[in-house]
Amino acid sequence: MAKVFERPKALTDKPFHYCPGCTHGIVHRLVAEAIDELGVRDRTIGVAPVGCAVFAYEYFNCDMHEAAHGRAPAVATGIKRVLPDRVVFTYQGDGDLASIGTAEIVHAANRGEKITTIFINNAIYGMTGGQMAPTSLLGQVTTTSPYGRQADQAGYPIRMCEMLATLEGTAYVERVSVHDIKHINQAKKAIKKAFEVQLSGKGFALVEVLSTCPTNWGMTPVEALEWLKQNMIPYYPLGVLKEVE
Amino acid sequence: MAKVVFDEERCKGCELCTTVCPKGIVIMAKDRINKKGYHPATVKNMDLCIGCAFCARICPDVVIEVEK
Amino acid sequence: MAKLLMKGNEAIAEAAIQAGCKFFFGYPITPQNEIPAYMAKRLPKVGGCFLQAESEVAAINMVYGAAGAGARVMTSSSSPGISLKQEGLSYIAGAELPCVIVNMVRGGPGLGGIQPAQSDYFQATKGGGHGDYHLVVLAPASVQEMVDLVREAFDIADQYRNPVMILGDGMLGQMMEPVEFKESKGRDLPPKTWATTGCKGDRPRNIINSMAIDPQELENKVKAIYKKYEEIKKNETMVECFNCEGAEIIAAAYGTTSRIIKNVIEMARAEGIKLGLIRPITLWPFPEKAFEEWADKEHVKAFLAVEMSTGQMVEDVRLSVNGKKPVYFYGRTGGMVPTPKEILAEIKKIRGGF
Repeated sequence: MAKVFERPKALTDKPFHYCPGCTHGIVHRLVAEAIDELGVRDRTIGVAPVGCAVFAYEYFNCDMHEAAHGRAPAVATGIKRVLPDRVVFTYQGDGDLASIGTAEIVHAANRGEKITTIFINNAIYGMTGGQMAPTSLLGQVTTTSPYGRQADQAGYPIRMCEMLATLEGTAYVERVSVHDIKHINQAKKAIKKAFEVQLSGKGFALVEVLSTCPTNWGMTPVEALEWLKQNMIPYYPLGVLKEVE
Repeated sequence: MAKVVFDEERCKGCELCTTVCPKGIVIMAKDRINKKGYHPATVKNMDLCIGCAFCARICPDVVIEVEK
Repeated sequence: MAKLLMKGNEAIAEAAIQAGCKFFFGYPITPQNEIPAYMAKRLPKVGGCFLQAESEVAAINMVYGAAGAGARVMTSSSSPGISLKQEGLSYIAGAELPCVIVNMVRGGPGLGGIQPAQSDYFQATKGGGHGDYHLVVLAPASVQEMVDLVREAFDIADQYRNPVMILGDGMLGQMMEPVEFKESKGRDLPPKTWATTGCKGDRPRNIINSMAIDPQELENKVKAIYKKYEEIKKNETMVECFNCEGAEIIAAAYGTTSRIIKNVIEMARAEGIKLGLIRPITLWPFPEKAFEEWADKEHVKAFLAVEMSTGQMVEDVRLSVNGKKPVYFYGRTGGMVPTPKEILAEIKKIRGGF
C-alpha cells in the first residue's frame, strides 16, 4: 500500500492551536498542498496577519513575515517589489482584510500586485473573543452587536470579492467554501489557481474562503458547517467573480 | 484494500470526519481520551475502508493519513 | 570632485541612491515632496523601485516587507505622516530590521503648519511608537551634512539591524547649498542571511517577527535589543562642540537652530560675550558626556537650549547637566524661526542674573 494522503511538506509539524473544528486548519492545508504541487516552497514567502492566524508563521514551512493588523498586502508589496521572482502570499481574516486593512487590499489589488491573497471570511472576530466583523450578517449576534447586527446602526455586511473584482489590476477573484468535501475540493482548485495566476504574472489574485468559527458562533463544529451553508452562502454567493485570460 | 491512520494525540474531537465517510465507518472512540482530553476519531471495520480520503480532507488538524 | 548646488530634499534622495538604496515607498506631504518626486524620477533609471503608497501607513509597511526581504529601503514624510508611521516603526524595531526614515519636521500639533519646526524631538527620541525600543536619530545642520549622514544612516541601520531616522526640518529640506557626493565604500557589513528570500536548498526558513507571546521570551528579546543600544551609544554618538573653550554660556541646539546660534556666537563675541555651542548630531544616542564634561568646567556658568519647539531637547540637556549648572530654554514654535537678535537678547538676560 502506498500513502495517498499525508501532511504536505509546506506545513511544519507543529500542531495547530486553532479551536476544534476551525476551518483555518483545512485552508492552511489546502494552501500548503498548492505550494507543494506547484513546487515553489523554497521560493515562497508568506505574510501572516493579526487574528487567529497570527501564528501562521509557525505552520507554513517557508519564509514568513509578520504584518501588523491589516497591513499584510503592503508588506507583501514591499517583498514582491524587492523579489519579483518569488511567490508571495498573504493569509488574512475578515477583520484584517475587510476592516482595518481595506485601504491596503484595495490598493494592492488596484496596482495589480502579483501576489496571492487567501481571505478567510468567518463573519466574526475570533481571536479577540467574538466581536462583529464587517462581514457579519444582519441580525448576527456578536459581543459588539448583542441585539443582532442592525443595518441602520452598523451598516451592511461587505462583499469584498465583488468590490475587488471591479478593479483593473485584479486578475482573479473567486469565492469558495469548505463546508463539505465537494466544496473543499473546489476551494483547493481555486487556491492553486490563485498561485498559478501569480506565477503567470497576470496580476492580483484573491480567494475568499467562507469559513466557520464554532467557538464564537456558539455551536458545535458540525453545526457550524451547516450554519455556513444555510446563512452565509445565500449572502456571499460562491463562484468566480473575475478571471483575466 | 485501503486503510487510514489517525494520529490520535493531534485529534481535537471536532467530529467533522464522522460526517463525510461514505462507508460510515469513522466514529469517535468513546472508550478513551487523548492527552488533550478529547475522544479521538477512529475507524471500526477498517476492511470497509475504500481509501477515498474524505475524512482526511475535512480534518482541520491533519490527523489522518490514507494508504491504498 | 565638483560641487553641485542642490536642494536639501533632493540631496537626501540622491545620497540614498548612492548609498545603494533601490527601494522607496512614500506618500506626498509638505515640505518633503521633492524626495518622492526625485525618487520617482531617478530610481527607475538605476533599476530600483519607487512606489507612491496609498498612505503613510501603507508606505511604512511596504518598507517593513522590503527590509525583511533584505533590501536597503527608505521612506520619508513630515510630522503628521510620521505619526501615522509609528506603528510600523515599532514593528520594524521589534523585528530588528534596518531602514531609513526621513522626517522633515513642520509645525504641529495636529495638521499644524508647513513651516519648519523641531517639535518632533520627543516623538523621535523617546519612542513615538509603543514599546521598549529606540530609533537612532541623526540631526544634520546643512545640506552637505544631510548627504553625509544619509550614508551613515544606511550603514548604522544595517550594522545594528535597527531603523534610523534623519530628523530634518522644513528649512533644511528646502534650502539650496553646494554639496559634494564623496566616493565612499561604507562600512564592512555582514550579509543579510536572515532575510526572507525563500528557503532555497537546505537553509532553514527565516521568520521576520516582532511577537513573543511568552513574557520571559519577550523580556529576553527586548534585553538583547537593548544590548545593541549600548553598543550604539558607545560607537555612534556624534556631537560638535563649537567655541566652548572659555565660554561662559553654552547653547545647546541642533539642525537649523544650530546654524543660527553660530551667527549669535559672532554677534556675542563683538559685544565681549563668550558663547559656545554644543550641537548634538545624534539626538539618540544623546551626547550626554559632552554636556557632563562642559558642565564641570568652572568658566561655564549656564546652558541655554534653543529649539523650534516649546522645549523638548532641553529635558535631555537638564538630565545630562544633572543640576551642576542652571539650564535655560528659549524657543519659538508653530513654524516660527528664532532670530539671532532674540537669542542674543535672551543670552543678555541670563547674564544679567550672574
